[in-house]
Amino acid sequence: MAFLQLQGVEKFFGDLRAIKGIDLTIEKGEFVVFVGPSGCGKSTLLRLIAGLEDLDGGTIHLEGRDITRVPSAKRDLAMVFQSYALYPHMTVFENMSFALKLAKADPAVVKEKVDRAADILNLGPYLQRTPGQLSGGQRQRVAIGRAIVRSPKIFLFDEPLSNLDAALRGQTRVEIAKLHRDLGATTIYVTHDQVEAMTLAHRVVVLRDGKIEQVGTPLELYDKPANRFVAQFIGTPQMNVVAAADLPQIESVLGTPVPAGGFIGMRPESLSVQPAGQGHVQGKVDLVEALGAETLIYVSTERGTQIVARQVLRTSLHAGDPVGLEINSAAAHLFDAQGQVAAPARATS
Amino acid sequence: MPRRPSKVSARFVIRTAVAWLVTLVLFFPLAWLVLNAFKTEQQAISIPPLFVFTPTFDNFIEVQRRSNYLLFAENSLITSVASTLLGLAIAAPAAYSMAFFRTKGTRGLLMWMLSTKMMPAVGALVPIYVLAQKAVLLDTRFALIVVFTLSNLPIMVWMLYSYFKDIPREILEAAHMDGATLWQEFYRVLLPIGMSGISSTSLLCLVLAWNEAFWSLNLTSAKAGTLAALIASYSSPEGLFWAKLSAASLLAIGPIVVFGWFSQRQLVQGLTFGAVK
Amino acid sequence: MKRLLPRALLAPAVITLFLWMIVPLVMTIYFSLIRYNLMQPDVEGFAGLENFEFFVTDPSFITAVANTFILLGSVVAISVVFGVGLALLIDSPFPGRAVVRVLLISPFFVMPTVNALLWKHMMLSPIYGVFAQIWRLFGAEPIDWMTDYPLFSVILMVAWQWLPFATLIFVTSLQSMNREQLEAARMDGAGYLQELRYLYLPHLARPIAVVIMIETIFLLSVFAEIFTTTGGGPGDASTNLAFLIFKQALLNFDAGVASAGALFAVIIANIAAVFLIRIVGKSLD
Repeated sequence: MAFLQLQGVEKFFGDLRAIKGIDLTIEKGEFVVFVGPSGCGKSTLLRLIAGLEDLDGGTIHLEGRDITRVPSAKRDLAMVFQSYALYPHMTVFENMSFALKLAKADPAVVKEKVDRAADILNLGPYLQRTPGQLSGGQRQRVAIGRAIVRSPKIFLFDEPLSNLDAALRGQTRVEIAKLHRDLGATTIYVTHDQVEAMTLAHRVVVLRDGKIEQVGTPLELYDKPANRFVAQFIGTPQMNVVAAADLPQIESVLGTPVPAGGFIGMRPESLSVQPAGQGHVQGKVDLVEALGAETLIYVSTERGTQIVARQVLRTSLHAGDPVGLEINSAAAHLFDAQGQVAAPARATS
Repeated sequence: MPRRPSKVSARFVIRTAVAWLVTLVLFFPLAWLVLNAFKTEQQAISIPPLFVFTPTFDNFIEVQRRSNYLLFAENSLITSVASTLLGLAIAAPAAYSMAFFRTKGTRGLLMWMLSTKMMPAVGALVPIYVLAQKAVLLDTRFALIVVFTLSNLPIMVWMLYSYFKDIPREILEAAHMDGATLWQEFYRVLLPIGMSGISSTSLLCLVLAWNEAFWSLNLTSAKAGTLAALIASYSSPEGLFWAKLSAASLLAIGPIVVFGWFSQRQLVQGLTFGAVK
Repeated sequence: MKRLLPRALLAPAVITLFLWMIVPLVMTIYFSLIRYNLMQPDVEGFAGLENFEFFVTDPSFITAVANTFILLGSVVAISVVFGVGLALLIDSPFPGRAVVRVLLISPFFVMPTVNALLWKHMMLSPIYGVFAQIWRLFGAEPIDWMTDYPLFSVILMVAWQWLPFATLIFVTSLQSMNREQLEAARMDGAGYLQELRYLYLPHLARPIAVVIMIETIFLLSVFAEIFTTTGGGPGDASTNLAFLIFKQALLNFDAGVASAGALFAVIIANIAAVFLIRIVGKSLD
């Protein structure tokens, strides 16, 4: 039986249909990431699961139990808020023990649980401080600690890293991953950052406009996007999606027919830059970004389309140099005019 | 390279001097009041005016003996404190409701509440007087407490609302998820966090109630009169009495002026109904 | 249940304020239309517009209305003009600024009756008052302010109290002014007068409007100062609308006429309130 099951979940905000009939199952111990652009409904969905908003349709079952109308406090879920939402007038210890205190737990048990969580998160020396005396990263850990202490059925994270600076973000990401590995707790994690999605998730749920676009493991989404949106959302730099009409010889290159009005998707690493005259497409270099470990080359084709190619080797090309691009047909994606995948993309060798 | 010493411009000096001069002139009446409170009656009316003298506390004692100052002070204290507490009891839930359960009508409701404060007190004088008379509540502290509470209620609701609104919703949601009931949310999270806002609002309303003269003068006399009314009764001089008047006045206004210093910001917000931030 | 709770929390405040608004209003309207004298409760009967007529034809009526507006206008003018000046003066830092702010705001917190007597006896008294002493210092004959210039005296004491209020408002408002805008203007070559005209005054326009509205509402009911000092006189020289109503109600005990007068005051206040509400409404998020 699925651990968490969403069926036909609907949510309206006034006239706006924010969540459009979502079905989703989540297994115990999974780390699931909800990802998508702003306004796609990922936070709303999380809040529906948490019970902070009421459903307008559909059901939610947790371990077989219908929790659709059950209040948040009784769902046995813990949430880490984007702004941490720590109680400013309580010490770290009090923040972390608040829920247990409300449940009238034995103080000795409470202390033990809090100490254990503080240990895991290296918060031991800060237990008597108030949130105002902590750094951003420390506050974030307290927010996580508050959730851990409750040993909930599911951990809910609402964009927890977005308030941290870049260096801290990478570090904390690794810590969260390790935490999940050690605790093995079921986790739902909301973010707009696809790097977090790719690195942390067992499975990723891509949302757009209140609907699920695709669910799969990170690499499944990367290699076999179901539609153009997912294809361009996952992966940096974005997959090049070019209208078939702008690549005249593409059918012969790929060896398969292309749907009318369709699009070709090519990841930057599947294109290799050749000297002018060679390769499948001709063009001129617009810009070269030398990132050190890799180089990105922006090329304008004869038709005026801009394409990004990625390579590991350094280059001596400059803006204005004529070049050719060779397309790895085995790694190309075909999309029809509606943006749906037209033929299963062949697995890369 | 050594820094050039900053020159104090003439403009700065002039500005400082003028600011201080104006301030001293404007503050002078109050300062004079304070000085006179500690003089003897002879010294108070001396010509030319006396600035240096040995202070005495006789006036304060005399004031109590002659006019039962303490009774009036007690009335002022009780009516302002009671009306503030009563106001809080009514206003806090309302402000909480408007801050966290907003509806489309919330804004209109708030505006309506503020508008009730904009009506001149004199407009309600006759009805309230008649009602008080019929209910045998003239010259009672109860009547004053009710009237003060109602007069300050709009300001209280408005100010508590703006403080509650500033509390991040997510903190209350976190408490909700931690299993808190509504009452626990209010008592253990909202109240401690909002305490500074609640106390400064209370302070402002305390000041306003204490200084309230219109209703005190019209609804009370010997039994329930507040200090405002007591001072008014000094208006016809009975012999030498400048120093005593000053002493009585100083006692009446002293603490309030100090409280007022602390509630400046709330004053701006409260009395302009938030139109000036 | 979820719908009920917010309403239940609001109920006490809404109900009490509603009663506070409606009951006096209805009673006032009722009284204004009947004959009702507090000393002669048995004299009854419908009076129609008699009370209004009586109030308006009272010889003091025109004077009272005029005095009300003169008082209002003068205090507003003084507090706004000098308030802006003072606020601009203390806007940038100088030694002792914190103390100055505290001293400047103090008069506003003084009880109106204390304020009144402070001025009547200690400042304006022709014998012992400070003004009299200063006048004598320059060899002039001291003026009996309260007798010869009663309205002016009232204006003086009320203005003394409300000037700090206006100043505080403007000081607060100036603090929220965008400093970078000033710096940009300075780099563009603006002198102080130009900064004043193009930056400071426009920024202060809204607080000035608010101060005018607030003071209008509160100053329409100036009462305690008049009651404590001039008693509206000599004659009706310092009587304003509020005091006139009071005289009818609690000195002549004619509740009917007083109520008619009260309705006038309410209508005038309403007009000011409409404008204020509009400004307040804009700033209510």
